[in-house]
Amino acid sequence: MWDYTKSVMDHFSNPRNVGRIEDANGVGEVGSLACGDALKLYLKINKETGKIEDARFQTFGCASAIASASALTEMIKGMPLEEAEKITNDDIARFLGGLPEQKMHCSVMGREALEAALANFRGVKIEEHADAQVICKCFWVDEHKLRDVITENKLKTVEEVTHYTKAGGGCGGCIPDIKRILADINGPEAKEEPAEKPRMTNLQRIKLVTETIEKKIAPMLRQDGGDIELVDIDGYDVYVKLRGACAGCPGARATLQNIVTETLRREVDSEINIIEATK
Amino acid sequence: MTEPRQVYLDNNATCKVSPTVVEAMLPFFGELYGNPSSMHSFGGKVAEHVTRAREQVAALLNASPEEIIFTSCGTESDNHAIRGTLEANPEKKHIVTTKVEHPAVLNVFRFLAKRKGYHVTELGVNKQGDLNLDELRAELTPDTVLLSVMAANNETGTLFPIDEIGAIAREKGVIFHTDAVQAAGKIPLDVKKLPVDLLSISGHKLHTPKGIGALYIRKGTRISPFMIGGHQEHGRRAGTENVPYIIGFGKACEEAMNGIFEENNQVRRLRDKLESGLMSQIRHTYINGNPRWRLPNTTNIGFEFIEGEAILLHLSAAGIAASSGSACTSGSLEPSHVLMAMEVPFTYAHGSVRFSLSRYTTEEEIDYALATVPPIIQRLRDMSPFYDPKK
Repeated sequence: MWDYTKSVMDHFSNPRNVGRIEDANGVGEVGSLACGDALKLYLKINKETGKIEDARFQTFGCASAIASASALTEMIKGMPLEEAEKITNDDIARFLGGLPEQKMHCSVMGREALEAALANFRGVKIEEHADAQVICKCFWVDEHKLRDVITENKLKTVEEVTHYTKAGGGCGGCIPDIKRILADINGPEAKEEPAEKPRMTNLQRIKLVTETIEKKIAPMLRQDGGDIELVDIDGYDVYVKLRGACAGCPGARATLQNIVTETLRREVDSEINIIEATK
Repeated sequence: MTEPRQVYLDNNATCKVSPTVVEAMLPFFGELYGNPSSMHSFGGKVAEHVTRAREQVAALLNASPEEIIFTSCGTESDNHAIRGTLEANPEKKHIVTTKVEHPAVLNVFRFLAKRKGYHVTELGVNKQGDLNLDELRAELTPDTVLLSVMAANNETGTLFPIDEIGAIAREKGVIFHTDAVQAAGKIPLDVKKLPVDLLSISGHKLHTPKGIGALYIRKGTRISPFMIGGHQEHGRRAGTENVPYIIGFGKACEEAMNGIFEENNQVRRLRDKLESGLMSQIRHTYINGNPRWRLPNTTNIGFEFIEGEAILLHLSAAGIAASSGSACTSGSLEPSHVLMAMEVPFTYAHGSVRFSLSRYTTEEEIDYALATVPPIIQRLRDMSPFYDPKK
């Protein structure tokens, strides 16, 4: 189960300001059924005072989505527009005493709905960023949103980007693009993830296995009167013939096999399997 | 103040430990501590009980005792069945499974594809979660070594016709494994009639404590040991026997077998009462899975326009334990792989809840659930921008 704060559970169990405002003059809607969460925010803004007089919401989503929406409406009720504009997703999360990292996208959804509602009030169409390329096609996240959220929340890794925007959380096909955007914003020196050990080609692996057996394992075994013969290599499976000092003794055999396995896994690849060739 | 009511409807995750099973186990935490392999009376006495337990487990499946090996859990049984078969039959490189398997099978296949160079076919299912057997038959080629298809799906309860599937595998000379972790004890399984070569079961789905499983290996099936070491389990699974749990598993299998018909009739009646009650009280609800061919204890219901985690947390606050295929409960962002494979529409995939009963489920608990669930659903729908009460 998620480790939700008391405040999140309170806003989830007793959400404030649920419902519509029939004469709302600012309405913002974000998310969709397919994405698994959506939020519709209704604002009643006093044009003379420039204050948000009432805020209500409808939401489809998990506990943190409901809590984030409830918190947002509590925060902005009575607030002047200029202040409301400055609310960030982090403000919403902090109002709730924090959200689990994987649920930060719920707070981002709150801020987006607010942005959309304010734009709707002003009669401006929220910039569609028609030129912005859709990066994540599972959750329909465009480059503009990614850049905003990465910059605002100082995100460094793909995982964080997924937690905040969902991008990369579906098929994962856009992860190279997310990496590119991260590098672009944070600079190439901001290594986002430890570089994976480059995988060996089959040829390289075969060469290394052969060398390790010849130069390291065989001399070791010969000291004790044993020997090893490499029969075949198939992917990560290495077929060998073992000759121990006391051939035929199952205990000695297992020890021999352990030595060979451990050495090859250490020197070549942790996936290596040693199989005794029977013929 | 009275204790809040606790209603456990998540028995496909794990279930209540049977008190008589625990009672059977207790001596083996105390005075009966011998090692069954030992050549003295301390060991001998214990070995007799282990033999008896193996017979009890075998009886549940109508297998011979020597066809049963004990493992640590269902996942180990699945891993052993799959990887042990491939190691013993290295000449063929094609393996077949389904998209809706438990991760204990599916992720092993994906690992084998990615890291061991196997050619893997994952069979899809239709909207009811059923396999197309013609398609399955067509996928089995001379290079196919292993087919693994679950007996019952853990999320929807949908049953696969393992008799027909096994017959196809046999005809094509393919080794057939079935993950029967959810099915065992809930529906009769008879390996004398079912053409399966390997079958996995797990103790804690049959009311033992967690930490014991078993693998049925049909006599003559080529399989390599999974754990290498001593000669336990006829050299097929080394490691000193987990004696107390083996004894408990034996007892649990006996209890399951003795009660399978009566209890399942009761469980099925309560499941049907819960399901039809919820379906009639709440509009815009759908049953996920095959409504006819499924486990008697499971119902997976999609509630449209709302999200599963929110439902579960409200249910939990009201004392009801269930589970959901919703993305948000797992921390992944997409709904369960089973519901996705069935192409369950997004409008209710995210709001799907699995209720799974056991022989300990009572009529009062179901009545309580029927009174408790509908207002929770309504409350969340009243909040949802997609719900239109007029429709």
